[in-house]
Amino acid sequence: MKNTIAERIQDFLKQFPPFDVLKKEELFSIAGQIRVLYIQKGEYIFQQDTSCHEEFYIVREGAIGLYRDVKDDQDLVDICDTGDLFGLRIMIIKKNYRMSARADEESIVYAIPATVFEPFIEDNKEVNRFLLGTFATHARNYYTETEKGQKIDNTISIEVANDLSALRSITYNKKPITCSLDDTIQDIAKKMTKKKVSCVVITDQNKCPLGIITDGDLRAKVATGFSLITDTVSKIMISPVVTYSKKLTVAEAQIALIKHNISHLCITKDGTIHSKLTGILSDHDVLVSFGNNPSVLIKEARRVKKIQKLRYIRKQTEKLLKSYLEQDIPTPHILHIISEINDALIVRIIELSLKEMPSPPPVKFCFLVLGSQGRSEQLLATDQDNAIVFEDVDEENYKATQNYFLALANIITKGLHTIGFEYCPAEMMASNPRWCMSLSKWSSQFKDWMTTPTEEGTLLSSIFFDFQYIYGDATMADTLSDVVFDGVNKSNRFLGLLGVSALQKPSPLGFFKQFLVEQNGEHKDTFDIKIRAMMVLIDAARILTLQYNLKGVNNTLQRYSKLAEIEPKNADIYESCAKAYRVLIKFRTRQGLLHKDSGRYIKLNTLSKKDKLRLKRCFRPIRDIQELLNIRFQLKTFM
Amino acid sequence: MQFWSKKKDNNFPDFWKNYLDLFDQKKENKLLAETRFVAFDTETTGFDYIDDRILSIGAVAINTYAIDVCDQLEVYLEQKVFNKDTVEIHGIRKNNDFDMISEAQALQQFITYVGDSILIAHHADFDRNMINSALQRQGLGKLKNRILDTGSLYRKTKHALYQNDRVHSHYSLDDLCNDLKISKSDRHTASGDAFITAMAFLKITPRLHIDKNIKINDLF
Repeated sequence: MKNTIAERIQDFLKQFPPFDVLKKEELFSIAGQIRVLYIQKGEYIFQQDTSCHEEFYIVREGAIGLYRDVKDDQDLVDICDTGDLFGLRIMIIKKNYRMSARADEESIVYAIPATVFEPFIEDNKEVNRFLLGTFATHARNYYTETEKGQKIDNTISIEVANDLSALRSITYNKKPITCSLDDTIQDIAKKMTKKKVSCVVITDQNKCPLGIITDGDLRAKVATGFSLITDTVSKIMISPVVTYSKKLTVAEAQIALIKHNISHLCITKDGTIHSKLTGILSDHDVLVSFGNNPSVLIKEARRVKKIQKLRYIRKQTEKLLKSYLEQDIPTPHILHIISEINDALIVRIIELSLKEMPSPPPVKFCFLVLGSQGRSEQLLATDQDNAIVFEDVDEENYKATQNYFLALANIITKGLHTIGFEYCPAEMMASNPRWCMSLSKWSSQFKDWMTTPTEEGTLLSSIFFDFQYIYGDATMADTLSDVVFDGVNKSNRFLGLLGVSALQKPSPLGFFKQFLVEQNGEHKDTFDIKIRAMMVLIDAARILTLQYNLKGVNNTLQRYSKLAEIEPKNADIYESCAKAYRVLIKFRTRQGLLHKDSGRYIKLNTLSKKDKLRLKRCFRPIRDIQELLNIRFQLKTFM
Repeated sequence: MQFWSKKKDNNFPDFWKNYLDLFDQKKENKLLAETRFVAFDTETTGFDYIDDRILSIGAVAINTYAIDVCDQLEVYLEQKVFNKDTVEIHGIRKNNDFDMISEAQALQQFITYVGDSILIAHHADFDRNMINSALQRQGLGKLKNRILDTGSLYRKTKHALYQNDRVHSHYSLDDLCNDLKISKSDRHTASGDAFITAMAFLKITPRLHIDKNIKINDLF
């Protein structure tokens, strides 16, 4: 029978995957079974934890938001637009919905009965892959949550639904720890402890997997007394194991784990239990493969309970950084994301450290990061510079209060060290009594640096004045920056001295325009990109923003763009400085990632001709800005 | 009672008797979500109930408050009648890729299809009259279904000031498409217009603060 409506729906469906790969007649038969739903803004199509509908959905027009309920709040997981599929749970596991679908604007949605579509999934590999991919992107946060086997109060928002990362093949442990059937439980527990693994696979003489034992099994079946540690592993192992072949995508792995409600998959040669074990894949591997998402990392950082875990996040951040550099993402954007993650890591370390203290802090305090961290310009985990400011207390309580915060700072700096931030060689850390003081002592210290400038004071102020509030009471940080601007306004001489130190930095190029390299010491014959190039740009930006009383602009690039706004006649210089600084940061970061160090000392013979030229081009703005400082503060008279 | 049963003893065809039976019992006042609505439209040779003829009927059902594409009817009628100038009226479609059936067959399919559902049409009086005169020609009674008119429902969504305003009181299906942002694909085919009418119904009712949880009787 003729069905004009179905024809029209078919015309719509065929534009979108997975329907685009289906034949015309197939599509027509699907279109003829569809229900058309009109959803008002704010109305729900399905709600979390209700049972699955017998159909899944494609958006015809409008926008459907997918939400996860978190306590009294909702986190947006994804927004489905025209042609997007949602509610695919019925096609894959047929359990209760893990999220709610609500219309963000009035929408028309086609409901496709599961039974109508099922045959096409089985027959068509492409359709199957697409559905798995879509489902996995939506289910991803669900997955990371159950990773710890507990109900978690946070979810992770996924920005893009159509990224194909879920279709990559997954990496997993290719050297699984195995044992044989007659090993005792004690044997394998020792083996697992020694190798630091959470599971062991029991294999026969042909290396085919027979069963699996995880940490959880030892807890549930041995520690409870059900089995003795002298029993053989066969008594507690889970058998048979779930096996897959190695050509497994992230999405497939994820779905397999959810479907069987297990934490490990065995990878065998042909994907059956009757062939040789070649690897083991854990839920952790799936998580790792998603670790390329900054919001995942930040959220993860916020709820991690162990510092070791934070170290892993820091490692992932480095991977992320690498991929950003490869994709040539704009530097300000990279700086922003990486410093957000770093801040989250530091905050978490402080929170965890506070828990380790025997008592809560006696007074309010504020944790500051300094130098490159303070400027949000630290891409590589170089060294840590930080300080603690605490509320003023009576003279007799001062020592005890300071001791409390020193003890706290010790735990924090140790934690930062554990996750990869080296100790500061100059001891510019909150664990140093000089940098762990009350608010009024800090204020007088700052004033002292500005009114009676010494060489040390100038150097220290160039580090300390780039501070950034991280944790605790923010008003104290505000007070301190008021002190700084107040002092600057009273004495131009201080700025002059800062300017001199910017001019006195060793120059990058020699008389014959050759790179000047270090003459002696540990880094002999390398080019010091930090001192010879970046520092001048950083210092100049700081001095000029202080002069203009630009509060709260800590980042060098932001400082230059603000300056360009204020002084249009010098905008060219400032913009070229910002550009040079962007190039230098990327340069240093690439070098650092390459040589696994701070990237500061560059071996010139490893650079290509092109790179050397790019580097040299950055030096011109350095000369220009030095000239500008020279004239503005009449620095000749200081020198 | 005598009076009603007598009428049914006629030589009506079975489908019509079954149809009448559906209306015998007192109707339960169901929720909209549990009610089957049928949106329909007729395509005709003109606007005269007596002389003009139905060319096609398109209808689609709304079940559980969603348009059910598989629950639809689309029939095309053979044109054998002559108009008053005894000129044969041609079907407006050429190159037909569908079967043509007689008026009697079409009515039987339509009546069986709609059953006791609530009908929805745009400017429903016209479509009802066309169907009724066709039924009359076949020696049958009139449509028994309750009918909703999207035109008058839509008028109710307007401010009271404009409801009886001459300029605003007549809303064509095109006006509804524009105002409610409904795609006009297949406009002026019976099925296309039936679908548009169904969509209009779904979009108008929330504006009247009617949702799937109210009872049918509140609609009339």
